[in-house]
Amino acid sequence: MSQPSVHSSLSSKVNRVRALVYKESLQIVRDPSSLAIAFVLPFVLLLIFGYGVSLDASHVPIAIVQDSRTPASEGFIASLRNSRWFTPRPYPDIHDAIDALKRQDVEGILWLRENFGRGIESFHNAPIHVVVDGVDDNTARLVEGYLNNTWQTWLTLRNQRERLASRLPIELQARIWFNPDNRSRDFLIPGLIAVIMTLIGALLTALVIAREWERGTMESLFVTPVSIGEILIGKFIPYFVLGMSGMALSVLMSHFLFEVPLRGSIFALTITSSLFLTSALGMGLLISTAAKNQFVAGQIAIVFTFLPAFILSGFIFDIHSMPSLIQAITHIIPASYFVTILQSVFLAGDIPGVIIPNSVALALFSVFLFALIRRISRKRIE
Amino acid sequence: MAPIPKSHPMADLTSPEALISANGLTKTFPSPRGTLTALDNITFSLKEGSITGLIGPDGAGKTTLMRLLAGLLLPDSGEIRIMGNNPSRDPLSVQGSIGYMPQKFGLYEDLSVQENLDLYADLQGVPRNRRKELYAPLLSMTALSPFGKRLAGQLSGGMKQKLGVACSLVHQPPILLLDEPTVGVDPVSRRELWEILRKLVRESRSTLFVSTSYLDEAERCDEILILYNGKILGSGTPESFRKEVAGHGYRAETPGQSPRIVEPTLSLLPGVVDTVLEGSTIRIVMGGDTPPTFSESLGEIILKSVPPRFEDAFMSRIKKITNATPKLISIDRLYPRQSRNKNNKNGSPYAIEVENLVRDFGSFRAVDNLSFHVRKGEVFGLLGANGAGKTTTFRILSGLLAPTGGKLVVAGENVRRAAAHARQSIGYMAQKFSLYSQLTVFQNLTFYSSAYGLSGTQQKEKIQDSLIFFELEPYRNVSSGILPLGFRQRLALSCALIHEPSILFLDEPTSGVDPNARREFWHIINALATVGVSVLVTTHFMEEAEYCDRLLIMAQGALLAMGSPSEIKEKTKSPRIPDPSLEDAFVSLLSDFKKTQGDQK
Repeated sequence: MSQPSVHSSLSSKVNRVRALVYKESLQIVRDPSSLAIAFVLPFVLLLIFGYGVSLDASHVPIAIVQDSRTPASEGFIASLRNSRWFTPRPYPDIHDAIDALKRQDVEGILWLRENFGRGIESFHNAPIHVVVDGVDDNTARLVEGYLNNTWQTWLTLRNQRERLASRLPIELQARIWFNPDNRSRDFLIPGLIAVIMTLIGALLTALVIAREWERGTMESLFVTPVSIGEILIGKFIPYFVLGMSGMALSVLMSHFLFEVPLRGSIFALTITSSLFLTSALGMGLLISTAAKNQFVAGQIAIVFTFLPAFILSGFIFDIHSMPSLIQAITHIIPASYFVTILQSVFLAGDIPGVIIPNSVALALFSVFLFALIRRISRKRIE
Repeated sequence: MAPIPKSHPMADLTSPEALISANGLTKTFPSPRGTLTALDNITFSLKEGSITGLIGPDGAGKTTLMRLLAGLLLPDSGEIRIMGNNPSRDPLSVQGSIGYMPQKFGLYEDLSVQENLDLYADLQGVPRNRRKELYAPLLSMTALSPFGKRLAGQLSGGMKQKLGVACSLVHQPPILLLDEPTVGVDPVSRRELWEILRKLVRESRSTLFVSTSYLDEAERCDEILILYNGKILGSGTPESFRKEVAGHGYRAETPGQSPRIVEPTLSLLPGVVDTVLEGSTIRIVMGGDTPPTFSESLGEIILKSVPPRFEDAFMSRIKKITNATPKLISIDRLYPRQSRNKNNKNGSPYAIEVENLVRDFGSFRAVDNLSFHVRKGEVFGLLGANGAGKTTTFRILSGLLAPTGGKLVVAGENVRRAAAHARQSIGYMAQKFSLYSQLTVFQNLTFYSSAYGLSGTQQKEKIQDSLIFFELEPYRNVSSGILPLGFRQRLALSCALIHEPSILFLDEPTSGVDPNARREFWHIINALATVGVSVLVTTHFMEEAEYCDRLLIMAQGALLAMGSPSEIKEKTKSPRIPDPSLEDAFVSLLSDFKKTQGDQK
């Protein structure tokens, strides 16, 4: 019964891995905290990012100061009022408007000077004076952009109406591709999937292995004929399935609840997600070789996997606008490759030029991590 | 590769080699204070088909030795052979032929009893068609049959321990290694486990290696290996150890005087190796056959010869290498008389009065109508099986938990109304080391004295006195986390006493501590009691219970028996056990209680 030959045959290896996977599955199903990290946390994150967090500005209060009322200025203000971006508030003069800006009653000031009407009539163009509150840089830039946009649109319409279009030799026609509505939700939610899979793959895996050390079950496992490789596979399989389920939940929610388009194929999504999840599990297993209690494991996983996936992956903050040193760091963060893939698969479609190089990077990460884990893991307590 | 037994390993008993042997085994660990030698050149072999006890206090190196045998650690030097295999080089072969239970039992708490068994059977490659016949005896032996579907996390401590043993036996290993299986488990469960182990050896000729820090468990083994500071201090049968000290043991009665006061003096008499309180008597062990002689000034002492026991031999051996004699310590400097009396506002002779105490957790009654009184200067023991309500009672008394009902007066204060005030007169020493392990001894004392409002010269003097009194001066600037266990215990006690409380709560104060350190610890406790401090102690250690003036035994939250150790022993005298030990008494009281419970159902 205890001959090593029996223990090293393939069928006994498969039996042991199956026993470990079954055990882990029972634990996942019975432990509310595992299920919470795998399903409740993604659900809550998706709700927050789907409904709560929006990087778009809408109905921004803006002060309007008219030095003189003319049909042209009234027309432009009416078009502002009709846009969903602004809520114009008239102020009698610029000093009152500046006070309002200081009180943060308004996010910006639109000042139509004395010569606005004349400028429009004679040159079919006129200076407008825009002051924005730079405290919130993001909103300030949006206000500026939207105002510019509204102004151009109004001007074009006016010129067309007066059949004077030919007088304008060059005209800007802005069109945003892949996210025509410019909804931040549409690019946030695909990125969020990378964060969720990092949570399940790295944080949850590192925690459950640390728990085995804390409770002494790892010591018991070690004193059975099970090999370290079997223990690793026994952890990998169930959390891979759990991670893909979390992924499926996120895709379903994003598609049906938040109406994020999925222009690429499910196939590409599955393959790339598997690659990323493998690297995330690799990080979790690597952490667990060093961290033998849940507190340390949790801290390491959050600092080295979750936060980078959140901040440095391009999920919220654009990598190209980061300092070059930080940009260099993003190259060693698997999530940054996956976020690029996800945003393109969801919003643009299966683009081989994006998917293939980034997938290769993820595959390399996975191979490197698992080779490292295999090298440093020992079936010993030390 | 080493030769591998072809058939069932049990068939290979004819091999001239011992089943387990170790030769020149040394293991060191890096530690903040240089290299720590856990095992120092250990050589031994185990007898087949018997139980060998690995006896030693915490920190002796027991767990390290077990882990080396199981292939979980690599030795620095030396060699281990288990059935011809070397666990350091070929751990998988060894791990298939041993059963191993680590200290925390190694059970999956969110898996049921049956699922835990199945998991280990799968990992050990037990064929499915053989499982039914293998499980049946394991489950009946451990009495776990009715609980197959219960989650392991919901089992009592004793049941977990039995399930741990069952899991390590699923593949019928010829060798079973158990690392402190009985730590933190009540005497009834301990006894049941030993019966299981004995049965195992009798019926399947297994070879068992069981580590323990309970000296009384040594007597239940066939062979004993004493491990002390990483070295083997002796080996042999319990009988051979007892023979060494035959005729060296006496029991002294001190009519008219408290044994608590006489005992420290006796311990310093020439030729005395060991003295220990046993209820109202003192057990004395001499270094040779000459009985002790007492001077007239000690008063009347009646001496009776007693049969030897393993612990006497153990203490004799330790005394030879440590040469440390318990010192008479002046308690008066540390505990000025005026402070002792500061809480005696009322004339009540009691330090603690508990009447009809009730505590419910939801529908579960943890403490059920409990009443008792603790006199000033009394050492009062709280005993009971795991889950009997001892900890709850303790927490209520120290004001950490509100009672559901009943009257509770501690140091003259009604705890229900003035918990904070009552707490000022209470010192509490938790079972787990609860000081700041990163702080040094001095920093811990400074923190606790500041927390109790001491400052300036008064604080400085108090800290200095404590360092001297508890012999912690050499460790003054050592982080408390790396102190030897016995000194950690002393530091914990010195912090608990820094505000000179009139009542001291001790929760399993010396579990795992080496017997020498335990005696020194109790010398301090006894000294405190003689100056009027009341001590309330919970323990699973029957020896510690013997130190108490009176005991209260709890079962399912209610009072089962109360009285002095000798009164309790007297209660359970029967033709079958004419001279019961305290453990016999405890076990018989609890099993009687369980029987009546069963009858009522």
